[in-house]
Amino acid sequence: MPEYEAVIGLEVHVQLKTASKMFTDAPTGFGQPPNSLTNAVVMGMPGTLPVLNKGAIEQAIRFGLIFNSEIPERFQWDRKNYFYPDSPKNYQLTQMDAPVCMGGEVEIELPGPSRNQMGEHKVIHLDHAHLEEDVGKLTHFTKDSLVDYNRAGTPLLEIVTKPDLHSAEEAVALLQSIRMHLVEAGVSDCDMEKGQMRCDANVSVRPIGQEALNPRAEMKNLNSITGVKNAINYEIRRQSRVYDKGGSVTQETRRWDADLGRTSSMRSKEEAHDYRYFPDPDLLPVHFPRDRVEELKADLPEGIFDRQRRYAEQFGLPYTVTSVICYDHELAQFFEDGMAVHGKNPKVLANYIANELQRERSQAEGDGNLPMADVKLTPEALARMVQLIDEGKLTKHLARDVFIEMFNTGKEAQVIMDEQGIKVEEQDAGELEQWCRDAIEGNPVAAQQFREGNEKAINSYMGPIMKASRGKANPQAVRETLIKIIQA
Amino acid sequence: MGMDQSAILEASALALAKALHNGDITSREICQAFLDAAEKGDSEVGAFLKLNRETVLKSADASDERRANGSELSPLDGVPVALKDNIAIEGETLSCASKILGEFKSPYTGTVAGRLLSAGMIPFGRLNMDEFAMGSSTENSAFQKTRNPWNTEHAPGGSSGGSAAAVASRFCPWTLGSDTGGSIRQPAAFCGVVGLKPTYGRVSRFGLVAFASSLDQIGPLGRSVEDVATLLDVISGHDPYDSTSYPGDLEPASVQLHMPHEPGTLGVPKEYFGEGIDPEISQHMEKVANAYRDLGYTIKEISLPHTELAVPTYYIIATAEASSNLSRFDGIRYTHRSEKSKDAIDLYYQSRGEGFGPEVKRRVILGSYVLSSGYYDAYYKRAQQVRTLIRNDFLNAFKEVDAILTPTTPTPAFKIGEKTDDPISMYLADIFTISVNLAGLPAVSMPCGLTENRLPVGFQLIGQPFEEGRMLQIAQAYESAHPFKDHPEIASQA
Repeated sequence: MPEYEAVIGLEVHVQLKTASKMFTDAPTGFGQPPNSLTNAVVMGMPGTLPVLNKGAIEQAIRFGLIFNSEIPERFQWDRKNYFYPDSPKNYQLTQMDAPVCMGGEVEIELPGPSRNQMGEHKVIHLDHAHLEEDVGKLTHFTKDSLVDYNRAGTPLLEIVTKPDLHSAEEAVALLQSIRMHLVEAGVSDCDMEKGQMRCDANVSVRPIGQEALNPRAEMKNLNSITGVKNAINYEIRRQSRVYDKGGSVTQETRRWDADLGRTSSMRSKEEAHDYRYFPDPDLLPVHFPRDRVEELKADLPEGIFDRQRRYAEQFGLPYTVTSVICYDHELAQFFEDGMAVHGKNPKVLANYIANELQRERSQAEGDGNLPMADVKLTPEALARMVQLIDEGKLTKHLARDVFIEMFNTGKEAQVIMDEQGIKVEEQDAGELEQWCRDAIEGNPVAAQQFREGNEKAINSYMGPIMKASRGKANPQAVRETLIKIIQA
Repeated sequence: MGMDQSAILEASALALAKALHNGDITSREICQAFLDAAEKGDSEVGAFLKLNRETVLKSADASDERRANGSELSPLDGVPVALKDNIAIEGETLSCASKILGEFKSPYTGTVAGRLLSAGMIPFGRLNMDEFAMGSSTENSAFQKTRNPWNTEHAPGGSSGGSAAAVASRFCPWTLGSDTGGSIRQPAAFCGVVGLKPTYGRVSRFGLVAFASSLDQIGPLGRSVEDVATLLDVISGHDPYDSTSYPGDLEPASVQLHMPHEPGTLGVPKEYFGEGIDPEISQHMEKVANAYRDLGYTIKEISLPHTELAVPTYYIIATAEASSNLSRFDGIRYTHRSEKSKDAIDLYYQSRGEGFGPEVKRRVILGSYVLSSGYYDAYYKRAQQVRTLIRNDFLNAFKEVDAILTPTTPTPAFKIGEKTDDPISMYLADIFTISVNLAGLPAVSMPCGLTENRLPVGFQLIGQPFEEGRMLQIAQAYESAHPFKDHPEIASQA
């Protein structure tokens, strides 16, 4: 049996974040009463015409700029004709011939050997990304069906990759990278549960070494990360088995059934729709001003992985921390806001965010992590707490309870310390020296190592001294005293 | 100083506006006169699909009240205007003379109707048309035939047959129609009235039920050049709700009409005078050319070499766009829904099968065919290329002439039923008008006399893009020298 290699291309649909719809001023939204986000244009009333939402175009261009796509001088609109009750006009306005973004590349990170180790990075190439309007939503009942057109006309960006992907893990990593970058830039919320990000996957397999591509299966509407992963893995296994048995795979559209955990045929290539595309005569081709493209480019946030590399180099933050704060837009912002107030100790600040803040959020009442919007602790207050530690006014040990109180109440560290009488006690020099001598006596090897140039060896005294002082010892003073004794 | 009914019916719209301004008459009196005429004569003509006396008089009274308070919305406040039943006004039917829309009432007011209402004009009923504006005789209306007021055995032309017949019959001082391939000008010629198709983009299409989006324009029909220019100015101008609407400033045509101007050069395309043109039409065209010569104009023969490609090009582009535009009439959200359907897909077949008439079906099928994968390049794409050649023919000609003079139609009004079994010969009724839509140009049809059988003959002036004012100066020069004074008998009886 030959070994197979999967060849995968994704079509990712992303709802763009705009106040109003793609071609009219009706508002966009989720979870509103059925058909409340509509008007005559959305409903396809006779005589209505589409008018471009410039905001949607700018969001699409932002996408292209994030991923190094070419933004053509001119793009146009086409009609895709097909009948379905969720489509008010029975044609969809889309970009068949001249899309808003050409080419592009997405950096992805594959899972590392363990959670706290960075995985391999790869670049996945994009074919193009085009704008189109979303359709409504059908709900089926035993006898009839109802249509909600709230979603109809929402700006949708369809991102089409080259067949660059070779595993379900890579496909998932691509979705995660796109999502992180688009959320960061405010282009889309990419919430798959709300249908803001949807995925079709084209999968084929071929014997390793074979150049030519085999027929592919297109799987529609993979609406969760797990769905994408399972459907692709299923399809790779299925096609491999077909070839193993000497069979051939037909090019077709397949439906993923998440409950049964398998795909089944929807329609073959011969049955494919003829969409009778033609340029939309109601919308003129768009010549988007170049200087505005440059403005949008200048306003883009830093790339996620670029920021991660910068944090590692500039602040010496480890992967375990950067993978938490850089991959989450809100945490990254929290860190940046904190740094603006007190930028002297990025490591400690980042640690509090990646560890303590995340721990408290996960332990807060309610389902899942407490949303950042509901977190009372402000980045400014946390930065001032770190500053108190740096100034020796607060120890990390004392800060543990202070932090929890800050998280629960939103109060400043200084206020909590004043209220509760928490302070770093003036150290009795004699008492401190005694703790240090006791500690060195208990572990003379570390002192020897320190004398031989291993500065970190001194850290092994911290634990016992803190224990002996019941957390009251000022780390800075402890350190100075230890060095004095060892070097004496 | 009042006006009697026949004086009201014969007055131009502008004369009525002046009488209102002077306090000689009220909007109620004007509307009553026209309502009486229409109620009496329309059983024979069939121009109106809907005309509600109470609604009209209510609007008229509101207008009279505004005038009494000195708060009239415009000089035209209180003047009635009738609309083709494909132009949207909130709460009024928008049937497009199709069973599939039937009693559907528009949930919104389109831009053109909105401008009429903002001027205080009185919406005066809904006018018959070929279903979805597809046709040249108004015989394709699903509801009723409209008859030519000059001879009720003859068709009024189409698709704006109701709009032209209503003006000729003196049921309304002026009306609006829509023109995709000649649908204002051809019925205007058949009924002996002035009909104007504006430059593509001059008048908003928001609120006009689309037939062929790249060709459709709403335009005015009236009994004088000045009336038509005035109504054009009310409805013209940029509309942010129509992306194809022209964003630049436009000189009002009615103002330009009164500016001093010199006679110019008129081009007569040799391709328009070949076989198939009725000898009486040719004779009238000779007379018109001579009339212009007498007025000091130079008549110059020109060539529009791609003319013979216009009809096939038009029927590819127009049907392709129509096949897509009419997809929304599906029985799901509004429009006729069949009782017979077995499932969702069958619902489309049954509802559309029952709702659309044969000509609409023919064009939807043709349009779907030319857009099909494998045929697109050979038909639609090629037709778009030819369209550019046709436009370039005109733009080249305009380097030498101010406007182009042609017959509006190859024959006078044909008989009802004469062409219904022969769609090709029906399509050729628009042979002189459709190039203008393909090129996006303005054109006006002017009445210039009657045939021996007392059927009107019209000539067409084609103008340069957005030069409606200049084109109408030329039209008015003829009108002043040779006013069209004949009446259809129906109108005389009123």
